Amino acid sequence: MADTRKARILIAKPGLDGHDRGAKIIARALRDAGFEVIYTGLHQTPEMIVNAALQEDVDAIGLSILSGAHNHLFPRVVELLREKGASDKIVFGGGIIPAEDIPALKKAGIVEIFTPGTPLSEIVEFVRKTVGT
Amino acid sequence: MESPAKKLWREELEKAFHELPPRQKVFTTLSGEEVPELCGPEDVQFDYEKDLGYPGVYPFTRGVQPSMYRGRLWTMRQFSGFGTAEDTNRRYKYLLSQGQTGLSVAFHMPTLMGRDSDSEYARGEVGRCGVAVDTLRDMEILFEGIPLDQVTTSMTINAPAAILLAMYIAVAEKQGVSRRQIGGTIQNDILKEYIAQKSWIFPPKESMRIIQDILVFCTQEVPRWNTISISGYHIREAGSTAVQELAFTLADGIGYVQAGIEAGLDVDAFAPRLSFFFNAHIDFFEEIAKYRAARRIWARTMKERFGARDPRSMKLRFHTQTAGCSLTAQQPMNNVVRTAVEALAAVLGGTQSLHTNSMDETLALPTEEAVTVALRTQQILAEETGVANTIDPLGGSYFIEYLTNRMESQAMAYIEEIDRMGGIIRAIELGYPQKEIAEAAYRYQMALESGEKTLVGVNKYVMGEEPPIEILKIPPEKEEQQVRRLKEIKRSRSSRDVARSLQALEKAARSRENLMPVILEAVKAYASIGEICDILRGVFGVYEDPAYF
Repeated sequence: MADTRKARILIAKPGLDGHDRGAKIIARALRDAGFEVIYTGLHQTPEMIVNAALQEDVDAIGLSILSGAHNHLFPRVVELLREKGASDKIVFGGGIIPAEDIPALKKAGIVEIFTPGTPLSEIVEFVRKTVGT
Repeated sequence: MESPAKKLWREELEKAFHELPPRQKVFTTLSGEEVPELCGPEDVQFDYEKDLGYPGVYPFTRGVQPSMYRGRLWTMRQFSGFGTAEDTNRRYKYLLSQGQTGLSVAFHMPTLMGRDSDSEYARGEVGRCGVAVDTLRDMEILFEGIPLDQVTTSMTINAPAAILLAMYIAVAEKQGVSRRQIGGTIQNDILKEYIAQKSWIFPPKESMRIIQDILVFCTQEVPRWNTISISGYHIREAGSTAVQELAFTLADGIGYVQAGIEAGLDVDAFAPRLSFFFNAHIDFFEEIAKYRAARRIWARTMKERFGARDPRSMKLRFHTQTAGCSLTAQQPMNNVVRTAVEALAAVLGGTQSLHTNSMDETLALPTEEAVTVALRTQQILAEETGVANTIDPLGGSYFIEYLTNRMESQAMAYIEEIDRMGGIIRAIELGYPQKEIAEAAYRYQMALESGEKTLVGVNKYVMGEEPPIEILKIPPEKEEQQVRRLKEIKRSRSSRDVARSLQALEKAARSRENLMPVILEAVKAYASIGEICDILRGVFGVYEDPAYF
């Protein structure tokens, strides 16, 4: 029987930031595009996110922060994934992230950062390309 | 029976569209409501004396004060805060020196969520979204050199609002200003947290108990204080339509009035100190109609539903903030224009107080230069344009009254639906407003993606790679600094006094005793926000995000 497993994406809100409009829209857009989407809800610690990623056996994790705490929280998620031997999971992010912070985040293992105004189609395309359908 | 002139217009219109089709198939507001090509007397019904009336007179459609801006301009109150209390004190003094007329405090995420700067939850967050406040010491520094008997302060704080109010009272008393003299506002609108802003701590019923305690305490002890800023701003920022913003805000208001009455207060004793907070989004006329409908609905609701007799209970006084979500990261200078148009709508809508966003706020907290332009925007509107010189200048416009009427009836339909569900708390438990908002947000995003709605610089008139602009940066050392300060406070305060006050707090929380006096004692002993909230978490429990999408 052919493997028809849909790719599984975790959309997560790390830290104390409560702005979830964007994360919810992306979660829904990815679901409409045919992915299996799990949305963690707000106020997740990096530990909670990594646990959910492992439990839900996801292929990719999308992190959303608008509070400015991304330089600490995004790399922390990547670090914890590495500790758990789950570095194959693709981490991408978005929110209010100054352009000058992006190179360091990518160096820390976040594959792509989507800033305000990015078309949804671009994000969906990215996920499709990096994770498969 | 259409007049001959109107018939002629229709014929000419059809000819014109035959030659050159209309720009769009359908013309809708930002919220998706269709608008007519033209409004005339036959398109709108109103009884002037009953539906519009006079400023400062029921139903207040044309304004809540008889003189409005002829007597006094709206308060220019820029929401502000970053880094440590010293950093923000400096920004406050700057803004006051540049003509701002009221203060508005933005706290960092840990304070909003009832956590201390040294908490594991605060890592990376300290001083980034607002000013770091852990104890009374920070508040003392924040208001150093600012006379609290001469300046009013609005504090955007919700779940821990009681604590920040207590700190403000304590700072004022240290300045020799009595709690009976201080004026200001705490946002303290927990219902909209579950719906939109999401900075909750405790579950709804327990949170409402805290609010009841604040209503009772302030009614008796802090008479010039606005106890709640019943907010639509965040509901709109989360993606709601204008009607939803209006309806859910007023439904929350109804919930608070009920809570006050349940707490044993006479409606006229506390309702005059309820205030409101709306968004000023980019669709100009829709926003003006929203404010006017808000005033009329609230006046009628207070009079007919709650039997208020004091006109002050029926007056919807509001603060406005221009829409953060309307601004773009692309071509940030365009945001100056958006903010100006939005501010104009708020003024023509009769706001009592106004915050104008800075052009760089899609990227970071505002630089001094950017916030100066934002403040000047208000000053130019006030002093150069003449729009503040005649009250409710758009009153009587066929289109404005048409929109106002429609906004009122659509909002009332939502309010009645929420009543049928059993009230706003029940509606929140059912996820009703949250799901309505998520739907509206998604619909708007789809309209942007398809090009049905335009966002200049984002899906039209795009310019590609732009040179980066200077933005405000919060150095990571601020976190170390704040943690060190907190350590020092904990070392030098009386741990016995703190322990005793926290014990008294827990006892009060477990009983029906009013929490405000015990919270006051705790903050004066330099108990921290995290310590106080942890006690309350132990008693009240915590609320978990139902994560609708």
